Amino acid sequence: MEGAQALPELASVPWRRPTDGRWLRRRARVWQAWTALYTVPFVAAGVLIFMLEPLAVPVSLLAFAHAWVIPRLYADRGAAVLRPKGPRNAGAEPVAQGLLGDLLDHGPRELQARTGLALEPGALGTWVVGEAGALLVTDRGRRVHCFCVRVPDPALPPSDRIAHLLLALRVDEVGFATVANHAFAGAPWRVRRRLPERARPALAAARSDTR
Amino acid sequence: MSRLIRMDSSGHSTLAEWTPVDDASFEAAVEEFRGQLELGYIGTVPDGPGKATHVRDLPREADLVIMRRPIAGG
Repeated sequence: MEGAQALPELASVPWRRPTDGRWLRRRARVWQAWTALYTVPFVAAGVLIFMLEPLAVPVSLLAFAHAWVIPRLYADRGAAVLRPKGPRNAGAEPVAQGLLGDLLDHGPRELQARTGLALEPGALGTWVVGEAGALLVTDRGRRVHCFCVRVPDPALPPSDRIAHLLLALRVDEVGFATVANHAFAGAPWRVRRRLPERARPALAAARSDTR
Repeated sequence: MSRLIRMDSSGHSTLAEWTPVDDASFEAAVEEFRGQLELGYIGTVPDGPGKATHVRDLPREADLVIMRRPIAGG
């Protein structure tokens, strides 16, 4: 069989460096520093204002609210990659679901039927693949990276969109992560709270698989 | 019987079927495969859990070849 293991879509993003383990670790550190950078000053300002003028407590509270809301918004952006998007195409979905089920092992197939998400162990970590994005759980379940990636064809039923991403991921994991847009990196609990209830078992399974 | 399928708005469509020993059916499948490549589809062979191969030519021995659309960052 004549095959090629580089993802063909990489040709559309020639400027990007490969999203490998080293890149992911560096990106996680940048996100950690960035979170501290926009949280600590607001907390410090809130404390300082209160110490200088206790009557200015509303201003202090406003600063604390900023320190709380901004990381929450970033995590929300990360969790959004797994939310169902686009038309449901209900008529074609059973056929697509059958094909996707054939691509999965028994455990991930059962999980996909429950959560709508496909679990895929990889070399970089364990992936949770959705219709328009994927999570990558790394560092023994302590870190999650969120990626926006999709097949730009709204006519496809949801399971076919997942199957597209799953096949691309299986061809070239680093290539898949390179083509995808990195949206967030942080602790899994930050993302979990913002996922739809139905999707949470998939993240838990990925964390468990990574450990 | 090997199958060439395309993921599309119907879920998936079977485009061609062939057996490795039947040259005529294989040639017809190759024509169909090339036509799909020209339309922008990508050929992928699922190799079992966790593995798949991108193919530029239709592999005669593969059980299933799936045509998919290119993916892109969202």
